[in-house]
Amino acid sequence: MTTTLDELKAAVPAQGWLGEALERVAADPGAIGRLFPAAGRRVGRDALADVPGWSTDEAARALLLAAVPADRVAAEAEGLYRYGDAAEKRAVLKALPLLPIADQGVPLLRDAIRTNDTRLVAAALGPYARHLDDAAWRQAVLKCVFMGVPLSSVDSLDERADAELATMLAGLVEERRAAGRDMAPDALALLDRLKGL
Amino acid sequence: MRIFDPHIHMTSRTTDDYERMAAAGITVIVEPAFWLGQPRTSAGSFTDYFDSLVGWEPFRASQFGVRHHATIALNPKEANDPRCREVLDLLPRYLEKDGVVAVGEVGYDSMTPEEDEVFAAQLALAVEHELPALVHTPHRDKARGTERSLAVVAESGIEPGRVVIDHLNEVTVGLVRDTGCWLAFSIYPDTKMSPPRMVKILREYGLERMLVNSAADWGRSDPLLTRTTADAMLAAGFSEDDVDLVLWRNPVEFYGQSGRLDLSDVEDKEATFAGNSILRGGS
Repeated sequence: MTTTLDELKAAVPAQGWLGEALERVAADPGAIGRLFPAAGRRVGRDALADVPGWSTDEAARALLLAAVPADRVAAEAEGLYRYGDAAEKRAVLKALPLLPIADQGVPLLRDAIRTNDTRLVAAALGPYARHLDDAAWRQAVLKCVFMGVPLSSVDSLDERADAELATMLAGLVEERRAAGRDMAPDALALLDRLKGL
Repeated sequence: MRIFDPHIHMTSRTTDDYERMAAAGITVIVEPAFWLGQPRTSAGSFTDYFDSLVGWEPFRASQFGVRHHATIALNPKEANDPRCREVLDLLPRYLEKDGVVAVGEVGYDSMTPEEDEVFAAQLALAVEHELPALVHTPHRDKARGTERSLAVVAESGIEPGRVVIDHLNEVTVGLVRDTGCWLAFSIYPDTKMSPPRMVKILREYGLERMLVNSAADWGRSDPLLTRTTADAMLAAGFSEDDVDLVLWRNPVEFYGQSGRLDLSDVEDKEATFAGNSILRGGS
């Protein structure tokens, strides 16, 4: 499920507007502030056939961030996220595992998980969520179930799901049953897989 | 019937309103940044508000098949509070966003020197970021406020066709008609403008460069008054094409000048998230 920068580069070649933008950012990292929000208008927003789960604008934005010198990239990512619209925030979240920032992006994940925007919550549970502590990660997975976000958005779900998550899911199932409401099939399937832990 | 409400403050409205609007044919909206009932006292309060206008509110609208855009500015009333002035320095970041289709609401509230300064500075930002501008005309001393707004617009160098002068009425419409600016009218339950009065104005002044909005907000207002006005136009003998011009093609043309109006998913009801109702999270 982990996408690499090379795959993004192959899918969205550094030509035209993007080529020039990447050169500008490498030479002057501050230039990304105005280029990053314009990316969708410049390169389009179509889904990328060769990189499942990524759109053209998201890939271009991830490449722009990756062009920022390593000592600046954590600060630039934080600023772009802080002042980003929903599509920019989502692109920053998806780029985090591709950047040399260790766990410095965790506060952004925590912010995204606090929102009620399903697109941001889903993007926060990609490969970079390995930096989240277990309690935060379990709450985020449960929130996905609660909000109707497909669990296929959650990276390394089966590797990380544990008995405590099973207990939390079972509690939600009980509440839903008591209310005569349905539970998403992917959550029931996960609970089934977790039996016996 | 398809309706584009070019001025409505959805932040103050409920999901019931979104449902009723979509059912009435109101599927595209522009939400201008403005003042709230409670004055703000810091720049951070504004950035959280602007974040909502380019983040949460478009998401909320999309649940109901409504396409949401915004205009961003420091409004004239709060321009008078020195604690809010630093908002001007934060505007450029927001004026580059995909969903931001104009600078606004700018203009006058009490016509102070502070308002002069902030109004002119933001028209300059509109030129720099290649965006149209939405000008609010004051509720008090309105005719002179409108004249003074037109003078500031002329002095700024922004092209008149990229400016809309809003909240006009019988007294002020004539001041704007021949300036090249667009003319907007806010239909309210019993104050600014009513559907029957609007129909009379359209008869007298024609349909060109005319915009009709609900300006619905946290005060007594009604998000369906664009539709009511459309129905009043038909009842008064205007054609369906006339209604489509005023309530759809005109706002598309005006805000389309931003190059950022995105109507691609308006008819695509699949855009709502798996058909779920508004997602509350954690409750």
